[in-house]
Amino acid sequence: MTTQAGHPSDPERQASVLRGADPAAEVQAQREPAGAPASRGTVAQVREDLRGLLPEEAVLTDPARLATYECDGLAAYRVTPGLVVLASRPEHVAATVRACARHRVPFVARGSGTGLSGGALPHADGVLVVTSQLRTLHEVSGEDQRAVVDPGVINLQVSQAATPLGYYFAPDPSSQQICSIGGNVAENSGGAHCLKYGFTTNHVLSLDVVTPDGEQVTLGTRAPDAPGYDLIGAFVGSEGTLGVATRATVRLVRLPEDVRTVLAGFDDTDQAGAATSAIIASGIVPAAIEIMDALAIEAAEAAVQCGYPEGAGAVLLVEVDGPTDEVAHELAEVERICREHAAIELRVATEAADRAAIWKGRKSAFAAVGRISPDYIVQDGVVPRTALGQVLRRMSEISAEQGVRVANVFHAGDGNLHPLVLFDGGTEGETERAENVSGMILDLCIEQGGSITGEHGVGSDKARYMPRMFTDEDLDTMQLVRCAFDPDGIANPGKIYPTPRLCGERPGRHQGAHPLQETGVAEIF
Amino acid sequence: MAHHQVRLGIPGVRGADQPAFDSHRPPSPELIDDCVHCGFCLTTCPTYALWGEEMDSPRGRIHLMKTGLEGAPLSESMVGHFDACLGCMACVTSCPSGVQYDRLIEQTRAQVERRYQRSAPDRALRAAIFTLFPYPRRLRVLRGPLRLAQRLGADRALQRSRLLEKLSPQLAAMQSLAPRLGRPERVAEHTPAVGERRAVVGMLTGCVQREFFPGVNAATARVLAAEGCDVVAPAGQGCCGALSTHTGREEEGQRFARAVIDTFTDAGVDYVVVNSAGCGSAMKEYVHLLSDDPGYAERARAFSARVRDFSEIIAELGPVAPRHPVGGTDAQGVPVPVVTAYHDACHLGHAQGIRQQPRALLSAVPGMQLREIPDAEICCGSAGVYNILNPEPARELGDRKAANVAATGAQLLVTANPGCMMQVAQALERAGRPIRMAHTAQVLDASIRGVRVP
Repeated sequence: MTTQAGHPSDPERQASVLRGADPAAEVQAQREPAGAPASRGTVAQVREDLRGLLPEEAVLTDPARLATYECDGLAAYRVTPGLVVLASRPEHVAATVRACARHRVPFVARGSGTGLSGGALPHADGVLVVTSQLRTLHEVSGEDQRAVVDPGVINLQVSQAATPLGYYFAPDPSSQQICSIGGNVAENSGGAHCLKYGFTTNHVLSLDVVTPDGEQVTLGTRAPDAPGYDLIGAFVGSEGTLGVATRATVRLVRLPEDVRTVLAGFDDTDQAGAATSAIIASGIVPAAIEIMDALAIEAAEAAVQCGYPEGAGAVLLVEVDGPTDEVAHELAEVERICREHAAIELRVATEAADRAAIWKGRKSAFAAVGRISPDYIVQDGVVPRTALGQVLRRMSEISAEQGVRVANVFHAGDGNLHPLVLFDGGTEGETERAENVSGMILDLCIEQGGSITGEHGVGSDKARYMPRMFTDEDLDTMQLVRCAFDPDGIANPGKIYPTPRLCGERPGRHQGAHPLQETGVAEIF
Repeated sequence: MAHHQVRLGIPGVRGADQPAFDSHRPPSPELIDDCVHCGFCLTTCPTYALWGEEMDSPRGRIHLMKTGLEGAPLSESMVGHFDACLGCMACVTSCPSGVQYDRLIEQTRAQVERRYQRSAPDRALRAAIFTLFPYPRRLRVLRGPLRLAQRLGADRALQRSRLLEKLSPQLAAMQSLAPRLGRPERVAEHTPAVGERRAVVGMLTGCVQREFFPGVNAATARVLAAEGCDVVAPAGQGCCGALSTHTGREEEGQRFARAVIDTFTDAGVDYVVVNSAGCGSAMKEYVHLLSDDPGYAERARAFSARVRDFSEIIAELGPVAPRHPVGGTDAQGVPVPVVTAYHDACHLGHAQGIRQQPRALLSAVPGMQLREIPDAEICCGSAGVYNILNPEPARELGDRKAANVAATGAQLLVTANPGCMMQVAQALERAGRPIRMAHTAQVLDASIRGVRVP
């Protein structure tokens, strides 16, 4: 970590940055009763502090305007923010966070607001820092295989800028046409192609970050693999709890020589799942393997007329990419395996336009479900790939038992399920039933040794499920990391952890010191 | 022509602290509920592209409508965000959930116009626009002095002096948009089909199209006739009401719509053909505009079903007239390539879904080399009278469009809407990259007649 303020080599300084506060503040934090409301300031105080530091129009206070920021892509949770700051310079972010830190007012960072776990859900007595106006592509270099971008730059724009140079940005969430790089970093976004190419964390080389005390620091260096702790690894996927990214240097990946997309129709998801396992078992690592079930196909068809095989109970979408010879070989294998698993129809797209047409159905699927159901929950869970068939069967049993329709769209290659639980919020009891089914699906994932989220993050939505997956000790240990960056608990509070604690607070469930403290492994700041 | 007069019981203006919307056609809660807040509309929204603010995105505006329905007052800021919408409908194209934002913004604008007290200068400007533009005869009166001023260079002197801009940026925008005027060219009331008659079509001659781009109408009639259409252009026809309807002047729009329906019903035609994207889109929407009018609801439905864009009808009938090169031929008789960029007018592409037809028709012209414009889905900033009411964002969008058009290296820009023509021409001129412009009909006309594009 280096600080932009100009203390790159001062070890003491670095330590204090790591601990997230200057010694005086630390003392104060320890003195004050943790979490006492009286210790929090108000957004009005932050507003006052920002006068003169930010352009007038960058700070929103009009209630109608504030209300448009009340939710992200998960509209089930809504909180009108106390204040919205539209940052158009990294300094605006730093000034805002500093003011928040001074008054111990919570802040939440927001990019394009497309997240599906309520990670950017505002705080009523806090500040929403919006990075969508920070949208300059500073550098796109084929030679260096990197792009330096602002957090508000749209994911797809990075690839569009890199394509003429023969490169692209690999992480491709379904919302890539609108989601921001800052959001990708916060959520460690994946996408259909992360089976082969990895998640955002595998593609971030360096980050400029505003820490929760308002300091601007740089994590990582231009050269790969800086010594010391992997702070980028800690930051990516921290869901806005460790600070706000204000610039990212990301890896660009060479465009493959050849890409082929296979669309195979099957009678049911079982067969599609079996074909998936067989493809992976054959040693092929496809760029993507996706499955959609009948209900998801129906929705996508209604939305974008993607022309998927008629009468299919499931479609399997396999993309292979790489050198031409390798692609030709893998393609033949994939076709053979699909046929062996009784594919009812097989199509191979070679041209970019045909591939895009196949992907369009898949990428629109979530929002397209809006066409066949008034409301729906997008669930996100992971199971070991080999458990796919069993989990899908159990899921359809749950669906039948509870009388709640569930559409399935998933990254089959890495067992990342996206069940879409359909309901009508206008009908009494349906919302509760749908939420119940949604929770049962997560339990099912955990039972099978999986996870409650693959790529959408924990956010507001899944904090309550964390204890199903982790012990209290696990959660407390995670909070130690958070406290190292954010001793006052002002960075996106209420997300990830079911019972947020301020640093120095003794977790109630423990009689004595934290087990990690007792053994001398960790110290609570 | 006796206009069918009905009182639809439309309420008048109310106090500022009342809830934003009254019960007469408020933005529909059912349509609002279709929005799942996914944000896929954001990147294609011109104002979001400019400002990066949620409340100036379709998703944010729908949210504002919702708060309005829940009782929030029609505040100045709320109205400002509705007014800032260009109505380009790019969001309708990009929405995977099928949200009918077009209907929502139209319902909202009508409420705003009725219930919100605008400032005196704004009211005066709007009054001026709507006393002038929807009336071809009044526009014609303007032609003489305008043409004279252009011949004398007085218009450019006025622009250089920036006098008008100091007085009113809106008036300056209006003045600078006026195209170079050529000779008036009238379309005959009846143009017989050449060869076998395949359809009888009525032709909307429009207001701005008729007076400022008469060459486009003449070309349209000639191409239609060459493709086997009897073309009827009723002399008494008036404005289609597009500008009024798209600006929330509901009653005025309905009045124009009824008259147009009457005119073309009397003409006894199979189709009503329109060469202006905004007009065609509005006429296909009469079915919604007049749905509450017992005397016209059914007629509007039948009428809207017969409306076709120029390129749509030619593609539907299947072109038969032989095409010739429009850029001449070289010594070997090979057509000289004409590098052409096709600009999708929003009300053709987004509102009517017509993208493929004009491209196919243009590509079939010998020597034509079509280039796609980057960020084609983003509006040029014209948007009806938007560029007069909101000159600053319109200018910025025009500059972006001009840069993207210039990047194609095209020598000819083809589009199918008079507003886009004026807006993009002006922006390209400002950028020092003037380019020849033509309507799809003019290119086809030149090709059929074997002459160069005007």
